[in-house]
Amino acid sequence: MGTRASLLITCLVDTLFPDVGRASVAVLERVGVAVDVPMEQTCCGQMHQNAGHPADATRLMRRTIAAFADAEVVVSPSPSCAAQVVAHYPHLAERTGDAGLLREARDLAARTRDLSTYLVEDLGVEDVGAPAFPHTVTYHPTCHGLRLLGIADRPQRLLRHVPGIDLRDLPDAATCCGFGGTFAVTNADVSTAMMDDKLAAVTSTGAEVLSAADSSCLMHMGGGLQHRHSTVRPLHYAEILAGVRDDDARRSAPTLEVTR
Amino acid sequence: MSARWPEVPQDFPKAAKVTLQDEQLRANLGHATTAIRAKRGGVVAEVDDWEDLRDEGAAARDRALRALDERLVELEANVQAAGGVVHWAPDKAAAQRIVVDLVAATGSDEVIKVKSLLTDELELNPALADAGIEAHETDLAELIVQLGGDRQSHILVPAIHRNRREIRDIFREHLPGAGDVSDDPAALAEAARRHLRETFLRVPVAISGANAAVAATGTVAVVESEGNGRMCLTLPRTLITVMGIEKVLETWEDLGTILRLLPRSSTGERMNPYTSLWTGVTPGDGPEEFHLVLVDAGRTNALADPVGRDALRCIRCSACLNVCPVYERTGGQAYESIYPGPIGAILTPQLQGLDTAPTLPWASSLCGACYEVCPVKIDIPKILVHLRGRVTAETDASGKGHHAGVERLAMRSVARVMDSRPAYEAAQRAGRLGLSLLQHGNGRPGRLPGLKGWTASRDLPPPEPSFRSWWREREATGGAPSVGGASPVERPAAVGGAGAAGSVPLEVVVHPPGGRPGVVGGPGVVGRPGGAPTDPTRTAGDDA
Repeated sequence: MGTRASLLITCLVDTLFPDVGRASVAVLERVGVAVDVPMEQTCCGQMHQNAGHPADATRLMRRTIAAFADAEVVVSPSPSCAAQVVAHYPHLAERTGDAGLLREARDLAARTRDLSTYLVEDLGVEDVGAPAFPHTVTYHPTCHGLRLLGIADRPQRLLRHVPGIDLRDLPDAATCCGFGGTFAVTNADVSTAMMDDKLAAVTSTGAEVLSAADSSCLMHMGGGLQHRHSTVRPLHYAEILAGVRDDDARRSAPTLEVTR
Repeated sequence: MSARWPEVPQDFPKAAKVTLQDEQLRANLGHATTAIRAKRGGVVAEVDDWEDLRDEGAAARDRALRALDERLVELEANVQAAGGVVHWAPDKAAAQRIVVDLVAATGSDEVIKVKSLLTDELELNPALADAGIEAHETDLAELIVQLGGDRQSHILVPAIHRNRREIRDIFREHLPGAGDVSDDPAALAEAARRHLRETFLRVPVAISGANAAVAATGTVAVVESEGNGRMCLTLPRTLITVMGIEKVLETWEDLGTILRLLPRSSTGERMNPYTSLWTGVTPGDGPEEFHLVLVDAGRTNALADPVGRDALRCIRCSACLNVCPVYERTGGQAYESIYPGPIGAILTPQLQGLDTAPTLPWASSLCGACYEVCPVKIDIPKILVHLRGRVTAETDASGKGHHAGVERLAMRSVARVMDSRPAYEAAQRAGRLGLSLLQHGNGRPGRLPGLKGWTASRDLPPPEPSFRSWWREREATGGAPSVGGASPVERPAAVGGAGAAGSVPLEVVVHPPGGRPGVVGGPGVVGRPGGAPTDPTRTAGDDA
């Protein structure tokens, strides 16, 4: 033991996808990491930055830096939000001309990773002891993890160790699903056209489950799947690593429901 | 005559809505970009030091741009020393006037043209037409666009939106001597060749753009695939080259770097078939008169922006278009500019002014595929975000524009909420409440009136108690679960141990159909769309 990690849970997971947060905690604790969740964190500011409001984004960056001031390692289930910290915070801080802030931003960036990188590179673990998941899964590598963080195929490497999993290649996997944050609203028609092609690729694999690392992109694609009455289920890869009940993943009929 | 671009300001979402309906266009583009992406991928993979070469390319362009004033004066001196004449055009109107006057002075009422983006940017053909001068495009794709009264949709392949059957129909109707040409590519090329050959031999004035110019020697470069450019550059008596001031390079070595990067990135070839280089005039060999028109037209403004200026490195290869998932679906015409795609989204607003293209910086999902392939490493997503910031700052200042009003207020109030833990947590609870009410109202989650663009094609996830509420309760009970009686996750002693299935409680209670109509909607609604309908770490009865 002795390994500690602070969870950058992200506002989206915290508010809309708590299962992904719990799954991340479950996986980290299973491999012997003591997890803490700084409660002063809210939103990393990516939405504001990408919508063209750098002052608001800077405000939220200051808050995030303060929230994680004492963290040894910051781990996030979302590569996109981790990329905001790693790739964009230093630029945002630089633009303020505040040398102290820039130092802090760089320091936080150096301590921050996405979950798959933390597991595979920092801990050297690919087999996280996941329970069996005897299902067909296709994995969409989300853009910011792929291109801003360079997480490569780490999530897939983790998934390949899940007993029983049948991981199928997604055609044109590296093509954006069309989410893009506010892009999905400001350019809704283009976003939907991109999503249509992505979902056609997903469906062509015959997989029961669509997995990815960003809940935002999964929300977009999952919302599209549901809108089309598809039986393909979206799951964050951490949820598979943590363990999802068989019945649930295999389910094709839309009539089951889970007790809350 | 090619069609003019519509009056500014551009409205990308609106233009894209129209082009997205064109299924033939999408099929043509998908086919063409997929093929060229594969070709590029193959030839780039052959170069072991490709990443180093990209760094060198970026450095070569930056060296020239950082001392642009000195390089341009050096270029002017060397071109004039070699017998050329240099003209300076601060803007579009000046460039049009200079070129029209130069052509008029030759007495010719026709010009032949080498494919040139800049002359399209400057709307030179309409300006020549107004002066009674007919411009003949000689690049095959430009010719197709010109004959069809169409607009360009790609930097390298302006008629990429057309398939060969459409091109056959354009030729049959508009190309002199085409007759009932077939849609066989060789037959189409032959028909164009016969028509163009006669034109090359007749017209005494040519207009070209330039891919680069070497300041140290006064040498100008044009690269192409067809050889029609070479005809224009060598046969006529007078050659007028129109070049953006940003295209200058410091040295011959820098040109070598660019010439290694360009064809692989552009056409997916190891080397382009024709590279024409000339320095001033050479008696008895090629044009007797050479004019170089150096055009600013917004480039100095772009250079003044420390982030945006990197866009001026662009060598117009079009690799970013070919990998862009937005471009591939909308086509180039949705950008309503001669520079479409990712590079157009950062170049057009900077060259024309942000107020004329306020939506273009948003015409991207910021996926980053463009930056990955750019041979001169322009961080296009970074510049897009930077320009978004400039647009919103301008609308903040004026209170008018695309991103003023409701959106600005909403973003600011969200930032305020997010910057306060109590406000954030209260909003989480309020948001869940709001969604619950909506679900009760129509039985389908997430049809929010304010998010029509989202919910027209996607459903929203139903509400859940927040992660932090679960975490807080767990912490309060010393790491034990708040409800359900068992730890949500047992902690195994060993990492990656066998039999770990037993370490995660997976007990989930599944209701029969119709159990809770308030949460489950009509057919097809399976739990929440964006994640597991069940929580792997949640025990039955949790939050119930």
